[in-house]
Amino acid sequence: MLSRPATWWTILRISLEERLVYRADFALGTLMRFLPIVTQMFLWWAVFEAIGADKGGGAVAGYTFHNMVAYYLLTMISRAFSSMPGLASGIAQDIRDGTVKKYLIQPIDMLGFLLLNRVAHKLVYYLVAIVPFVVVFSLCRQFFAGWPPPQILVACLASLLMAFLLGFFLEATLGMIGFWFLEVNSLLFVYMLFSFFCSGHMFPIDMLPSPWRELVQGMPLQYLAYFPAAIFLGKVTGAELVRGLCTQLCWVVVFIITARAAFHLGTRRYSAFGG
Amino acid sequence: MGQRPWYFRVLLTFLRNSLVRDMTFRANFLIDTVSSISWVFMNLGFYLLIFSYTPTIGARTGWGKYEFFLFLATTLLINSLVRGLFLENAVEFSEQIRTGALDFALLKPIDTQFLVSLGRIEWSAVGPFICGLLLLVYSLGQVEHTPGALQAVLYVFYVLCGVVIYYSLMISMAATSIWLGQNRNLLDFWFYITNFSRYPMEIYEKGLGFALLYVFTYFIPVLTAVNVPARLLAKPFSPTTLADWLLPGFAVLATAMSLAVSRWIFNRALLSYRSASS
Repeated sequence: MLSRPATWWTILRISLEERLVYRADFALGTLMRFLPIVTQMFLWWAVFEAIGADKGGGAVAGYTFHNMVAYYLLTMISRAFSSMPGLASGIAQDIRDGTVKKYLIQPIDMLGFLLLNRVAHKLVYYLVAIVPFVVVFSLCRQFFAGWPPPQILVACLASLLMAFLLGFFLEATLGMIGFWFLEVNSLLFVYMLFSFFCSGHMFPIDMLPSPWRELVQGMPLQYLAYFPAAIFLGKVTGAELVRGLCTQLCWVVVFIITARAAFHLGTRRYSAFGG
Repeated sequence: MGQRPWYFRVLLTFLRNSLVRDMTFRANFLIDTVSSISWVFMNLGFYLLIFSYTPTIGARTGWGKYEFFLFLATTLLINSLVRGLFLENAVEFSEQIRTGALDFALLKPIDTQFLVSLGRIEWSAVGPFICGLLLLVYSLGQVEHTPGALQAVLYVFYVLCGVVIYYSLMISMAATSIWLGQNRNLLDFWFYITNFSRYPMEIYEKGLGFALLYVFTYFIPVLTAVNVPARLLAKPFSPTTLADWLLPGFAVLATAMSLAVSRWIFNRALLSYRSASS
């Protein structure tokens, strides 16, 4: 009974130590990721200036200039939870070179192992990235109207945790396409492009005109960046917020099942190439 | 023996070999082309969305919708040339340093920088390049003025200057792998820096933006690389004062300086190279 949690704890501890080796790389990478926001900020500043709305009064699609900058900063937090660098390509690589068979012959569940590995990665990332995040957010605090009420913060945190799970199981499912097609890197690149556009990383997706807005809002990708940021900014409230959180939970469950099913079906046709 | 290699012929061989390689993996080439063109359309969609809310980028800057699309086309042309000719090589160069495979390049009877920079050419960059050309032609038909022959010639010249500036920055950053051993952030770093040149330089003319404007115009001249050619086509060309010639003049100097500095960094880095393998 106790052996399973002990195994999980050991995996988490080893992964934490492994990730801490790259702490300087993490910190530098985090600071670098804020740079595109600087250019986006100046772009939107120029746009708001052109329509005479840069002094706080006017809005574009319901966003004031301050809202817009705050939105881009908040999507950085969403992405810190939902992005899974190297997960899908790592799974596809393991399938291609035969490494995946270690999960088949050892009493370790692959998805559980990778999830714990990713939790460790994220924990170390937050530990190191907290410094650049605090610096950037305190420098930019004038763009925020203040802290939202506690219930909104709780909803935002719930959405972020689900964004982590959704990001993990969605990318794990994509990686497991490797059981059927050996080369999936190009497919992953296409997914990355669509994700950048449709998750709200590039711009708030409620800016889109109809029917594009409805189309993008029907996808699970918006929960990876847009939705948690929109909750914090008070763009989604009341019944709409509850409905959104429930839909996000449904997508998480859908992708847990899909990832499990893909692994089950994939391993049945797996040929274990490589040494 | 002792004969200088005919560099143009070697370049043609690189072009041909890379094409043969790309055509061997046709499906991969097709997906690469489609995904890079999709990226162009996504960006175009984003800017169309922006222009549905505003007539210009910045007040009184003259960057209306089609003027900005000329800017975007210039960015696409420079980026696709740099990506197609050098990006894969810069990544490979860092890897060669890490694994020690650079020994083979050093032993060849040809300039190492030339070999390392152009050995592998990515033909899938032709897709976004053509998109850039089409966007350029379409936008030229929409702006009020028509550029003359001199502007067209200068445009081509300055686009090539832009390519050289981008390349110099890229190869300098790749060469630092020799000192760092492993340069995990090389590509990210290059993307993050060139990201500042995605928009007209006028957007930085406020507050802290002035610092960015000076750094990325004069010290790491990525803003100069794109803005000078884009302005030639997007804005009426009537240089009357010395100040009008200042930026185009500086662009030529910046190109020569960038190339010289990158060459110096590359050679200095090679002196510190200690083969990594056995």
